[in-house]
Amino acid sequence: MISFRQVNKHFGNFHVLQDISLDIAEGEVVVIIGPSGSGKSTLLRCINRLEDISDGVLEVDGAAVHDKGTDINALRRRIGMVFQHFNLYPHLKVIDNITLAPVNAGGVSKEEARKTAKMYLEKVGIPDKADSYPSELSGGQQQRVAIARGLAMKPKIMLFDEPTSALDPEVIGEVLSVMKLLAKEGMTMVVVTHEMGFAREVADRVVFMDGGRIVEEAKPADFFERPQQPRARDFLSRVINH
Amino acid sequence: MLDFSVLTNNIDDYLEGFKYTIYASLLGLAGSFVLGTLIAVFRISPFAALRGFGTAYVEFFRNIPLLLVVFLFYYGLSSFGLQLDGFTSGTLGLMVYTSSFIAEAIRAGIQSVPAGQMEAARSTGLTYVQAMRFIILPQAVRIVIPPISNQFLNLVKNSSILGVFAGLDLMYFGDQVNLDTYDAVSTYLFVGMFYLILTFPLAYATRVLERRMANAA
Repeated sequence: MISFRQVNKHFGNFHVLQDISLDIAEGEVVVIIGPSGSGKSTLLRCINRLEDISDGVLEVDGAAVHDKGTDINALRRRIGMVFQHFNLYPHLKVIDNITLAPVNAGGVSKEEARKTAKMYLEKVGIPDKADSYPSELSGGQQQRVAIARGLAMKPKIMLFDEPTSALDPEVIGEVLSVMKLLAKEGMTMVVVTHEMGFAREVADRVVFMDGGRIVEEAKPADFFERPQQPRARDFLSRVINH
Repeated sequence: MLDFSVLTNNIDDYLEGFKYTIYASLLGLAGSFVLGTLIAVFRISPFAALRGFGTAYVEFFRNIPLLLVVFLFYYGLSSFGLQLDGFTSGTLGLMVYTSSFIAEAIRAGIQSVPAGQMEAARSTGLTYVQAMRFIILPQAVRIVIPPISNQFLNLVKNSSILGVFAGLDLMYFGDQVNLDTYDAVSTYLFVGMFYLILTFPLAYATRVLERRMANAA
């Protein structure tokens, strides 16, 4: 579904992604962890071309993401994305946040889009907030709206870029449980997070990055119990023992 | 001190000038807004050539006196065989001069919308133009109203530059009245009053608009 082949990316002199090769299958849940600045968000953002790659090949759902001939808007309609800071549209009601893309980019009628939006609001547990503005919601509720917005295009892939990092501890659970639900339903998910509990419980595979490279890749049980690389061991000892 | 007969005896002159000041202002408002928006779009465009043109335009016109901008149209074009009258060249100068300030206000407004808004919109498959239209511009408008309304007020007052070029505006007719009456104080106080008739409602309207926008979100 997603395939990186020797992908490199430079920000000026900074070699942020180095020789990344990674395959993600349909229905797989891959969690990317690593210290800040390790390139994990950049890797995620390459998948829907919010970032350009410098060289290598990146294919998503059969399309070469960085090929000029690829209709990037068509590809993005098949990839939902959830951001650390939600990025809801503050001037639009919750329902309009969700229906904007389906109506204007997905060719769906207004009524149908509203029906779908309400269905997803139900799914993320806030059906009564359709007519609120984002500023009237808690952080956890805003992030759940953002997930509903991402789902509204009925994507094949969902990307999560530190979805709980900006949340108060007591509402992190409500966002994670929506993500668990999606994973259980078979959504292909790539998640950048610091939530080790989520990674251990939900991920099919954990990818550990450091210094722009993929250092270790393993099933969560193996990775958390028997990390092979010293850097991974070091990282885990720091994030888990506190 | 204030002689009302200056007003009543010359009311036709005042009204004629007022009329042309209104024309120049309305044309100037519309033209500078359209031109300013276009230049702002150039300034943030992904094409270096357009960005360069936009930057050059803004830095040139906002950094020379308005009087010289009007000279450009009044004298400058005549050397290419295009002789414009005072009203036309004054209004064009006003338009171009003000548009450089409006372009900066609009550019700043657009750029003050967090980058995450554009990313979120693009990540759902909306095109750049759609993201601008549905997400960025509606948020930028709110930020841009106060500085733009300032520019509009300045434009109305700056239209007095037409008087220098026999532009038939309030200031031009004010000068005529002054020559007739030798009562500069009364003459120009009434001129000022006519400007206030235009600028007061404009300032009030933008305050109402600002408040309504603030309540909308």
